[in-house]
Amino acid sequence: MQKPSHQSRQWGDAVFRGLTLLAALVMVGLILVIALQLIKGSQPAFARFGLGFITGSRWDPVHGDFGSLPLVYGTVVSSLIALIIAVPLSLGIAIYLAELAPQRVRAPLSFLVELLAAIPSVVYGLWGIFVLVPWIRTSLEPFLHRFLGWLPFFQGTFYGFGMLAAGIILAIMITPTISAVSREVLLAVPVSQREAMLALGATRWETIKMAVLPYGRSGILGAVILGLGRAIGETMAVTMVIGNRPQVSPSVFELAQTIASIIANEFSEAFDDLHLSALVMAGLVLFIVTLLLNIIARLLVWRVARAPEGMSRE
Amino acid sequence: MDTRLMAEDFSAWYGQNQVVKNVTLPVFANQITAIIGPSGCGKSTFIRCLNRMHEVIPGTRTRGRVLLDGENIYANRVDPVEIRRRVGMVFQKPNPFPTMSIFDNVAAGLRLHGLPPGTTAEEVVKRCLKMVGLWNEVKDRLRDSGVSLSGGQQQRLCIARALAVEPEILLMDEPCSALDPVSTMKIEELIKELKERYTIVIVTHSMHQAARVADYTAFFLNGQLIEFGPTSAIFTNPRDQRTEDYITGRFG
Ligand SMILES: Nc1ncnc2c1ncn2[C@@H]1O[C@H](COP(=O)(O)OP(=O)(O)OP(=O)(O)O)[C@@H](O)[C@H]1O
Ligand SMILES: [Mg+2]
Repeated sequence: MQKPSHQSRQWGDAVFRGLTLLAALVMVGLILVIALQLIKGSQPAFARFGLGFITGSRWDPVHGDFGSLPLVYGTVVSSLIALIIAVPLSLGIAIYLAELAPQRVRAPLSFLVELLAAIPSVVYGLWGIFVLVPWIRTSLEPFLHRFLGWLPFFQGTFYGFGMLAAGIILAIMITPTISAVSREVLLAVPVSQREAMLALGATRWETIKMAVLPYGRSGILGAVILGLGRAIGETMAVTMVIGNRPQVSPSVFELAQTIASIIANEFSEAFDDLHLSALVMAGLVLFIVTLLLNIIARLLVWRVARAPEGMSRE
Repeated sequence: MDTRLMAEDFSAWYGQNQVVKNVTLPVFANQITAIIGPSGCGKSTFIRCLNRMHEVIPGTRTRGRVLLDGENIYANRVDPVEIRRRVGMVFQKPNPFPTMSIFDNVAAGLRLHGLPPGTTAEEVVKRCLKMVGLWNEVKDRLRDSGVSLSGGQQQRLCIARALAVEPEILLMDEPCSALDPVSTMKIEELIKELKERYTIVIVTHSMHQAARVADYTAFFLNGQLIEFGPTSAIFTNPRDQRTEDYITGRFG
């Protein structure tokens, strides 16, 4: 066979480089176009409310008053509840699957966990309405109120629906993602690290705690961020259980609303331009919040990943 | 001479594959015992049986006894975790903990087992780093990561880490194979100094290294112990033809 000439190989290189560059540019372009569209669409609302759109705490389509604070609050708090529940749970699952489970059950169990991530969110929403919400109303909320009712977070009417329901359903939805990715991270920790700790006379658990988890910490952080991203953007399941009332209340028993959920809810009924534009602007806020969170998360991962060198010279 | 460690009719398997076959080998107190033999003959597997590290690999099995000061470490009620504290190990590739500082690497074992009475972590870390000759090189950067050191320094750090829990015996599996000649020389010097206080078993690919540091040498072939004796005798006057073939470089 004849060897391809030097020139044609160089040419292939150039084509390949061009194509990948193009693909990268398309991505950047897409993001810019979306951002521009959102900015353009939100012009009327911005002209009317200015930055008050972000600080305003009333969202009232009937009176044409749009402030997105309750939506941002609902988005952030429901995601936070989800993380508080999902992170320890997922870490437990990942550690069990990667380190402790008997060889035979590892593969089937891991598969099951990944399967959970593939269930459509509307199904989670239905389950939330018929199983989770009644349980929260009759069991969880009375229980929390009895024992932790002195905290402002656990006061008010037991609706079942509300911030707590949204947080829990989000937790259930992001647990498979976080645990599956964390499991991969733990499996990628080199045997030499485990053996180093074991050879010092560490127990299995001490080895996990002192060698495996620290080694995988940036990857685990990445997994958590992935989960957070899903929680913030989740729409369907949240809409079905959160109660859809835009308000800022310290109590997680209260009805609430998130950005993603209100857009899905009101878009089809928004007939005046201001309302439409306010929804687009809410979308823009979501876009910015997600972007900021991702940037912070990225920085965190880099910081942690670099930590060995970075930390020491301080 | 005191026998610190004694393998008796010891065998080890990976699954169905037997790679250590009925080995009986003594390890004498405050002596350096080298294990030599061609690649794949079971040296690493055998040395890992001496502190019950073999069993952390799934699907492995052992048979026989290993006596530590006369007590069988494979007896039922013996806790392998305790054995590994008493019989330390240094691996072929330096494996410091990358998320820990130099200081914390050495102190890692202290966090597991607590401090010896009347000492501070600072004292123990300093003493161990001095023992491995690393103190002067790192004393101004103890907060740096363990992986910011060179390969040879990392291996000495790993030795210091193993010494910090005050083991009675130190097992070393080709501790110099990833290192340059100068680092190798430093570690060989170190091993010779350590024998004052510790009993050492070292696996090595290099017959020269065995000849330079070891008091006793064991020759393994295909999982069997072919010959064991004082290093000088093994190298100058081997009794077995296969040993002679190996040390004269006729195979392996
Ligand atoms: N984790 C493992 N699983 C299955 N078989 C293994 C494993 N580790 C080693 N073996 C096998 O056991 C035999 C002995 O391996 P061992 O690592 O003990 O040899 P060695 O003498 O240390 O060799 P080297 O000088 O190359 O390090 C080899 O045939 C090897 O293929
Ligand atoms: Mg080996």
